[in-house]
Amino acid sequence: MKLTVEQLHITLDRRPILRDVALEARPGDIVGLVGPNGSGKSTLLRTVYRSLRPERGVVRLDGDDVWALSPRAAARRTAAVLQESGGGPGGLRVAEIVALGRTPHHGLLGRDGADDHEAVEEALDRCGARPLADRDFGSLSGGERQRVLLARALAQRPRLLVLAQRPRLLVLDELTNHLDIRARFELLELIRSTGITTLAVLHDLDLAARLCDHLVALHHGEVITAGPVLDVLTPGLLRDVFGVTATADRHPDGVVRVTYGAEPLALDLLTGPTSRSYPLRHPVTRL
Amino acid sequence: MNPSLVLVALFVVLAVVMTVAISVGSVNVPLGDVWRIVFRHLGGGGAAGDPALDQIVWSFRTPRVVLAALAGAGLAVSGVVLQSVVANPLADPYVLGVSSGASLGAVLVITLTSGALGGLGVSSAAFAGAVGAVVLVFLLGRRGGRLAPTRLVLSGVAVGYLFLAATSFLQLRATPTELRTVMFWMLGSVAGAQWGQLTTVSVVVLTTTVALSLFGRPLNALLAGDESATALGVDVHRLRALLLVLTSLLTGTVIAVAGGIGFVGLMIPHLVRLTTGADHRRLLPRSVLVGAIYLVVVDLLSRTVDRPNELPLGILTALFGAPFFLWLLRRDKSLDSV
Repeated sequence: MKLTVEQLHITLDRRPILRDVALEARPGDIVGLVGPNGSGKSTLLRTVYRSLRPERGVVRLDGDDVWALSPRAAARRTAAVLQESGGGPGGLRVAEIVALGRTPHHGLLGRDGADDHEAVEEALDRCGARPLADRDFGSLSGGERQRVLLARALAQRPRLLVLAQRPRLLVLDELTNHLDIRARFELLELIRSTGITTLAVLHDLDLAARLCDHLVALHHGEVITAGPVLDVLTPGLLRDVFGVTATADRHPDGVVRVTYGAEPLALDLLTGPTSRSYPLRHPVTRL
Repeated sequence: MNPSLVLVALFVVLAVVMTVAISVGSVNVPLGDVWRIVFRHLGGGGAAGDPALDQIVWSFRTPRVVLAALAGAGLAVSGVVLQSVVANPLADPYVLGVSSGASLGAVLVITLTSGALGGLGVSSAAFAGAVGAVVLVFLLGRRGGRLAPTRLVLSGVAVGYLFLAATSFLQLRATPTELRTVMFWMLGSVAGAQWGQLTTVSVVVLTTTVALSLFGRPLNALLAGDESATALGVDVHRLRALLLVLTSLLTGTVIAVAGGIGFVGLMIPHLVRLTTGADHRRLLPRSVLVGAIYLVVVDLLSRTVDRPNELPLGILTALFGAPFFLWLLRRDKSLDSV
């Protein structure tokens, strides 16, 4: 499915969070949103999965404005994997969590049918979550939870996948553990293999480079640049937007790796990007 | 076990328990006679056979047992819904101030008019108080057209204390007899059940209970958190407002006729959750039936353990329920983790 974001403008508590953001993802594209904390990535995702209504601009799914669709119709097209732990009482079992993906396919009187069963089974298998099916969600490790939430999203049978990855789980918990790095790569492989149009927030630039076809760099709520991975992750952008000295190169195995300098840049050297210094190399509308 | 089979079994248990509850009392009526009399009346026939027996069964015990079942069902289902809607396992049907509002209304009538207006006066005043408290909490808990759970719960607690202050002041000035009536009312009782009043109550309780039981799927989604539920196609704010209105109407109606029966609305949801899991599509209908069964049994005990005196329901609901609940709580391994 094609995702188009046009001239999106969001203000929260009188603070502009997104300013004239535009992007496009063609069917099957995996687009990564990168940028430092507070750059507006998660807010942008919220407008896409219909949680936050923009005061200006539109989010279109195959040309239809998401706010013109009913909540359920929008959720039949878009699924989101969010880092949110529900505060409700009692724990659902893994199979029940995955079955939540069928919510937008039913009204109040709808009962589970064969397609629901099939969608849930397929999602469990695809994400390797079948052995976990009877487990309590609260007893799972971070990596297992990710797989279950992805299975829930796939059970939704969406045509657009929205991934919000906060550093808490992916970076801090898993970076030190070799097995979990493997699990992470498996997760990325899994996402790539679905062929679903994907919009992902990834804090780890290496992971973003591995997963995505295109990147959109956000800073202070504005799109700084957008395009193929190596065109976006230039030493200049890494310095100005992320405040690090770093280079991104494509290694002989075809994988893009980011090599960081020894120290973060001194704060007084950071000028921040100006729109003049980063003309959009690839106009976002033709991303 | 097959979910429909569980429901059928619970229905059978409810029918048996209700029959026993109607048959047992100062005069024991054989179970067969209970069915015969009840069915004749339900079929539109008048009294027949022993008129005294007919009166005991149809005019005194049946309305009371039916009210106990309705109150138990309504409180249990409200508890399940509210715990998920405000995302708080400590929530019960009274979390939005329904009981404090109803108490103030009831105490006003009991102490200022010495209950001279009769049972209906207390009920109407309690219902008015319940509605008043909930409307106040809604207005205070709303911002930008949305109801935020934490603000709502805290507003409910604060409004509860406010009403409690007024209620306590009135109680201090009450005579011992009035005070006893107030105490009895606050702890809940179905002793005053009459057919006339029961018709309205059963229509409200049955429709809201059935309506609430349909929301299993969206309530499950709500367990994943507001943002995730939104991404699953649930209009979270509308759902929350609708469910709060329905549960408030249900709870206000129950409390108006049966007083402030405690424990059922808090513990039955947890009890059913501990035994059957958190999926609302099973949890809601089972809680309705378990709540009804439990309150019918408790009402039976309340009029038999200390004959000829009657105990308020609120004392026994906790006295018998709490130990069983604590046993279940210790047995459940999933509660070991935080």
